Amino acid sequence: MDVGQMQKRLLDYMNSLLKEGILDSQFAQLQQLQDESNPDFVAEVVNLFFTDSENLINDLSNALGQQNVDFKKVDSCVHQLKGSSASIGAQRLKNTCISFRKFCDEQNLQACLMCLQEMQQEYLLLRSKLDVLLQVEKQIVAAGGSIPIMEF
Amino acid sequence: MMESCNCIEPQWPADELLMKYQYISDFFIALAYFSIPLELIYFVKKSAVFPYRWVLVQFGAFIVLCGATHLINLWTFSMHSRTVEVVMTSAKVLTAAVSCVTALMLVHIIPDLLSVKTRELFLKNKAAELDREMGLIRTQEETGRHVRMLTHEIRSTLDRHTILKTTLVELGRTLALEECALWMPTRTGLELQLSYTLHQQNPVGYTVPIHLPVINQVFSSNRAVKISPNSPVARIRPLAGKYMPGEVVAVRVPLLHLSNFQINDWPELSTKRYALMVLMLPSDSARQWHVHELELVEVVADQVAVALSHAAILEESMRARDLLMEQNVALDLARREAETAIRARNDFLAVMNHEMRTPMHAIIALSSLLQETELTPEQRLMVETIMKSSNLLATLINDVLDLSRLEDGSLQLDDETFNLHALFREVLNLIKPVASVKKLHLTLNLAPDLPEVAVGDEKRLMQIILNIVGNAVKFSKGGTISITSFVAKAEYLRDAKTPEFFPVPSDTHFYLRVQVKDSGSGISPQDLPKLFTKFAQNQARLAARSSSGSGLGLAICKRFVNLMDGYIWIESEGLGKGCTATFIVKLGIPEQLKESKFLVLPKVPGNHVHANLAGLKVLVMDDNSVSRAVTKGLLLHLGCDVTTVSSSSECLHAVSEEQKVVFMDICLPGMDGYEVAVQIRERFAKRHERPLIVALTGHVDKMTKENCMRVGMDGVILKPVSLDKMRTVLSDLLKHRVSFEAI
Repeated sequence: MDVGQMQKRLLDYMNSLLKEGILDSQFAQLQQLQDESNPDFVAEVVNLFFTDSENLINDLSNALGQQNVDFKKVDSCVHQLKGSSASIGAQRLKNTCISFRKFCDEQNLQACLMCLQEMQQEYLLLRSKLDVLLQVEKQIVAAGGSIPIMEF
Repeated sequence: MMESCNCIEPQWPADELLMKYQYISDFFIALAYFSIPLELIYFVKKSAVFPYRWVLVQFGAFIVLCGATHLINLWTFSMHSRTVEVVMTSAKVLTAAVSCVTALMLVHIIPDLLSVKTRELFLKNKAAELDREMGLIRTQEETGRHVRMLTHEIRSTLDRHTILKTTLVELGRTLALEECALWMPTRTGLELQLSYTLHQQNPVGYTVPIHLPVINQVFSSNRAVKISPNSPVARIRPLAGKYMPGEVVAVRVPLLHLSNFQINDWPELSTKRYALMVLMLPSDSARQWHVHELELVEVVADQVAVALSHAAILEESMRARDLLMEQNVALDLARREAETAIRARNDFLAVMNHEMRTPMHAIIALSSLLQETELTPEQRLMVETIMKSSNLLATLINDVLDLSRLEDGSLQLDDETFNLHALFREVLNLIKPVASVKKLHLTLNLAPDLPEVAVGDEKRLMQIILNIVGNAVKFSKGGTISITSFVAKAEYLRDAKTPEFFPVPSDTHFYLRVQVKDSGSGISPQDLPKLFTKFAQNQARLAARSSSGSGLGLAICKRFVNLMDGYIWIESEGLGKGCTATFIVKLGIPEQLKESKFLVLPKVPGNHVHANLAGLKVLVMDDNSVSRAVTKGLLLHLGCDVTTVSSSSECLHAVSEEQKVVFMDICLPGMDGYEVAVQIRERFAKRHERPLIVALTGHVDKMTKENCMRVGMDGVILKPVSLDKMRTVLSDLLKHRVSFEAI
């Protein structure tokens, strides 16, 4: 596959992610920030995000698994995750966090647990998609092409 | 004695005396007989016309011969010769012959001569007859001339009085009348009043009831009717002891009024009013009314009627014209008064605008300053109430002034490029706090093809949306409020609700359609039309509302929408069933709008640096690693020198004079960004040494903004930050040392 085709494939992929709401314009912003002085910016941020999120989700599971659930803690975790998602442009995950926070306010344990499950699913989905994306980008770069930037 | 002379002896013995007489008579006879033909010839020669010349000759011959006979007879009285006897005999024979022929001839001629005479008589009679007829025609022509002249006189004036007077005068003159009078019906129509007479100057109000038989008789026919000189209408002058009053004739004069004439409808006879004209011949004159005179009178009566109706029409039109002039004057006055009133109102508004706002601002400003000082709780409560009330008052004043300017037509919409998506997001953010307090769920749905940027009056569009969404929130106690927004296509535009509204999108404009649906208290069908009326409050919603309003909101919205060439309407299924407010407005498309959404841009070469951002030292405080990394990347991309910290203590530690800008995340609980800001401010007393502090936050509302301002922050940015926004914010900061427009 030549560079042009790969670039097109990347664009299509991004479009689909956009349409599904998995990613939003913030991600494109991140891509814009990648340049010669900062060639791996996107990958770095994404990896950072993955690490952070996994920790947070683990913390959440723990917190919700307790006898007396500390909703304040849960809330702060979710808040963090929301912030991260927003920064990276993970729209669906961010929305899930927003709903999660609401249930936290109401101290609705059942709903929180359901949200947590949803959150995990979203996270896994996002992770797989982003992996693919990064792969393709690496391939393009290896083939000597430039990563096309999306304009939202 | 037998003599041999051939003499002839007369028969009878010669009696001398008798013979002498015979002799003389014969002589005279002969003379007469000879002279007659001479006379005949002489006179015939003189006259040109005589048809029977040869008869004359014959007759002449006869007479001459008779004369000759008698002449010759003269010689026979004495002894005469035979020759004489022969001549005598031949003369007698000839005479006899001619006489017989003449006698025979006369039988033929005399009847002819007689008939000539008859014809002459006949022609004479004819001539006499023609003379008579000529006399008649002349009289008629004379009459006609009089009528024409009279008509001309009558019609040459449009003054009623003159018409009637002239009629009487002319009639009197033409017909040589003794008296002429006109009786007009009174206003009540029950009597006839003597209005005009020929000889009496001022007839005193002499009236006669209208239903007299003689009057009815005259009114029922359009001919001139002879009436008795003793009837009440004819007895208008004192009887001057004459023997025989002259004959009197009366005729009706129709009085026509404009009201009698309908279009396509002729007046009925029963509604006509008549006047009565009475004409009297001179008394003791033995004159009689002739037919042609009666005809003259009838014709005149008709003409008078026509002239009177013309005069009536003229009066009407003069009156109408006067009325119009009066109305014109009145209207002019009213218009000038209205103009004065409008000017006065505008002056009042202009003054009030300034005069009312100044104290208002003073109150608001001072109250907010007061809020920042040390206050006891009661005092704080009081000050808050003052602020709330004065804000409300300020809004009210603005609304009223706006509305009056809108109605004036003096309001101009702004025309700038603005971010449409951002506008909606901001509305959402502004409403969210209130909505969440009321447990309302807000959803915003922007269509994918909605342009991000549009040209129009951003502030007023926001006002419209806020007003509508605010109403939805105000009147709902729970449930969902959904805001949908999309570009109105032509098919959607032909709505049953908006039959008179046909917007046409073009290359430079598009129509934005926004729909706000709530599940609140709804509106009853009879209240729907009044919604956009100024100051009219919906009763049900009045009961439901917890906050006060002036009732002007929707009215203003509608006017703004109209100014934007749009249309706004509200539907509701009824009380308790919620309601849907929809509006369509026209917005411009900015020229730089690109068609395709996804573009492959070449990678930005090198650092995309704003001139004065290069090497700018900034500090980023954020405990979320991902967002910290993103913000750092952003600032690095802009060419700044970035230091990052993840806690307030680290921040306070790291901050120094070198940092020009500090970005801190304030939306994390347990991390008091405000506290940090306050401390930084305290540390750097002098303004120019102090770094600029910008808050990064995930949601912005008035409260946050106010808090930031209160602690002395220089800017607030909404996360997530785009590259352009960051660039703009930094430029603003460095230029103005403040950036609160980023919200």
